[in-house]
Amino acid sequence: MNDAVAIYDVSQEAFVPASEAGPAPKRIVVAYGFWVFLLSDIIMFSALFAAYAVLVHATAGGPTGAQLFNQVSVALETACLLVSSYTCGLMSLAVGSRRRGAVYLGALATFVLGAAFLGLELREFASMIAQGATPQRSAFLSAFFALVGCHGAHVTAGLIWLTVMMAQVAVKGFRANVQRRLACFSLFWHALDIIWVGLFTLVYLMGVAS
Amino acid sequence: MNLLGNLSWSAIPFDQPIIMGAGGGVILAIAAVLGWVTLKGYVPYLWREWITSVDHKRIGVMYLVLALIMLLRGFSDAIMMRGQQAVAAGGAQGYLPPEHYDQIFSAHGTIMIFFVAMPLIIGLMNFAVPLQLGIRDVAFPTLNSVSLWLTASGILLINVSLVVGEFARTGWMAYPPLSEVQFSPGVGVDYYLWSLQIAGVGTLLTGINFVTTILKTRAQGMGYMRMPVFCWTALASSLMIVAVFPILTATFAMLLLDRYLGFHFFSIDAGGNPMMYVNLFWVWGHPEVYILVLPAFGVFSEVTATFSGKPLFGYRSMVAATMAICVLSMMVWLHHFFTMGASANVNAFFGMMSMIIGVPTGVKIFNWLFTMYGGRVRFTVPILWTIGFMVTFVLGGLTGVLLAVPPVDWTVHNSLFLVAHFHHVIIPGVVFGCFAGYIYWFPKAFGFKLDETWGRRAFWCWFIGFHLAFMPLYVVGLMGMTRRLQHYDVLAWRPWLLVAAAGAVVIFAGVVCQIIQFVVSIRDREALRDVTGDPWNGLTLEWSTPSPPPAWNYAFLPHVAARDAFWVEKKLAPFKQGQPTQPRKYEPIETPKNTPLGFVNAFFAVVTGFALIWHIWWMAAFGILGAFVTLLVFAFRDVEEVEIPAATIAQFDRAHPMEVAL
Repeated sequence: MNDAVAIYDVSQEAFVPASEAGPAPKRIVVAYGFWVFLLSDIIMFSALFAAYAVLVHATAGGPTGAQLFNQVSVALETACLLVSSYTCGLMSLAVGSRRRGAVYLGALATFVLGAAFLGLELREFASMIAQGATPQRSAFLSAFFALVGCHGAHVTAGLIWLTVMMAQVAVKGFRANVQRRLACFSLFWHALDIIWVGLFTLVYLMGVAS
Repeated sequence: MNLLGNLSWSAIPFDQPIIMGAGGGVILAIAAVLGWVTLKGYVPYLWREWITSVDHKRIGVMYLVLALIMLLRGFSDAIMMRGQQAVAAGGAQGYLPPEHYDQIFSAHGTIMIFFVAMPLIIGLMNFAVPLQLGIRDVAFPTLNSVSLWLTASGILLINVSLVVGEFARTGWMAYPPLSEVQFSPGVGVDYYLWSLQIAGVGTLLTGINFVTTILKTRAQGMGYMRMPVFCWTALASSLMIVAVFPILTATFAMLLLDRYLGFHFFSIDAGGNPMMYVNLFWVWGHPEVYILVLPAFGVFSEVTATFSGKPLFGYRSMVAATMAICVLSMMVWLHHFFTMGASANVNAFFGMMSMIIGVPTGVKIFNWLFTMYGGRVRFTVPILWTIGFMVTFVLGGLTGVLLAVPPVDWTVHNSLFLVAHFHHVIIPGVVFGCFAGYIYWFPKAFGFKLDETWGRRAFWCWFIGFHLAFMPLYVVGLMGMTRRLQHYDVLAWRPWLLVAAAGAVVIFAGVVCQIIQFVVSIRDREALRDVTGDPWNGLTLEWSTPSPPPAWNYAFLPHVAARDAFWVEKKLAPFKQGQPTQPRKYEPIETPKNTPLGFVNAFFAVVTGFALIWHIWWMAAFGILGAFVTLLVFAFRDVEEVEIPAATIAQFDRAHPMEVAL
């Protein structure tokens, strides 16, 4: 038998279509399921985005976005969140190489930046409410507070999740299930960034431009 | 500050004999069942084997039990409405006051869609999909249990509204501005919103679970074009759940913000836009129709092929039609409100899309017909339901094509013509399909078949009763009768409504036959026993394992070499006789450990929902905290799986020899 035929035989045997390969390993299944969840979450945001787009001009004689939004504060928020995604990435790398100290450090940086983002957002909300621009004032403000607030609620949930995960790393170490959960957390955190980019563009940039 | 929020004794309608009677009866029945279970000492068994179970088969059965119980509730509402309209003609007011009648039609729609049809479909998916895919469980078994119990929480809350407070009087879609706090100040709409929010999260998690299961954990060799059609339809349905349930959640969240915090999403002042709710609702609502009906189509496909004794005709076109419907279903929502006043072009677009979506459905009908053509059709009860479906559904679909024409829709909008149409597709499509699936998979789940004679009687009562109950509604609809009338003055409608009421009674006889069928089958279970695991001469993998299947489903995960793998293997078996078979070595199997997470979490969900409905803020905080702590405890548990020893599996296999091994 010549070599070419032998190689042909081997490749025939080794070739199984991906769809027939059997159950995927748990790591893949969990991450895949979490991706599907994130998609559903993004769809939920899309409904809030749509509502915002419908109601953006329904200010009922109240303040508009251009009058309310503080670009400096929003730029700072954006910077915090984007950098926190970077530190979250560093944390994932540290998880991959099992360096516990680096994981804590990455998590701490991510937490602080996320909390700073939330603080800035809450300050923005408080100042708007102090000016009488409450969600009850107009449909535009209802949609604004619901959309941005929903993102903020997600960030809050992320911070709680991150805290719990650090406790898990401390108590249980880098077990397979802890690693899977950390991978899901970082997917979640990056997804919040993606949503923020859309939100920043649609609400803040376009809001000031119009 | 009031510790119990808005809750007081006046919330219980002591002055309403019908409600108090029904509520008292339900409470007595629950107390009797609980008492019986406790006295017999079944509680530990139920807790160990069912309530904390993460086994997809058990979870599927529990979904079906919930659905069938709620079917009785939703059906009682239907009987009451038909009874009311049969008598409240001319000057008569009937026996239901308007505020009660309004709650009944709202509860009927809500319960039938969310708490009967959805759990029926999800129950069948849970039971059959992992078995058909040749695997041991869904991708996330614990999450599956959480989903089940969240659905049960929603069901509990909506039933509490029967006695404590009231239910929505807004119709099952709860359109604003009527559902805003200005016009519906009571707790009815809050019951509606919170029970659906909680159950909706459960449904979404189920969707995620099944998308992952079907796309990522199929048995070796189970390529996409080898999956049973039921799995394809379950995939389409799950994809749609993931795509549209978040929209419903967001929409209800907006309405809740309006009601609780005075936001202005859908209000009529301060720039709110009620029509936005209607759009968002139906962006969920129309795909929901297909979420329900596609898995039922999957059941019909399995049943038709099995009882025609040949593989399904046009498998690929069936798959293509399913996925086409999955996509097109998201592009037709506006046909629910052509009268909104969108431009003629917009209406024309949605009208055409609504007609186009009928095409893949037609493809399916022809596939089933050609499967039966040339086959040896065995007229068992599941195929009776299937044929009954085809005959009925084609007509119901045709009235749908009529309604897809915007000018026609304008004239019959919100009339009983519409009510007749959607019952004409949902009942044969979803309900008949689920009954067929229930009878088809019952022997797999419990090890014995259901009684044929009573099954036939049930079918004929339902089939005849259905036509009696709904055909007259087309007529009165064309005569101008609008939906949701508590009383009416046009005496010409009355004979038709009397016929419809008689039809409801005939359907009731069908339900009674089904209950008798269940009881008789349990009594005669030894005679109806299925010892082969393959009572119908089936095609798909679930029939290659004993009935009922063991907790691990398959001692050896099947290697699939063809579509309808079990059928092919049975055909090849005679040629393989005498060939030496290698003895297989049993190995221990890891299965996920049972957990009370789902049940405990659901307890806190009910507490939170109830507290929010009645504005008992401390209790809501307690419920949320409780759910969080439960999750924490679960996340920190050490043992996630239990090992079933190889000896147990080998022993089970020796006790249940199968003809064909895969």
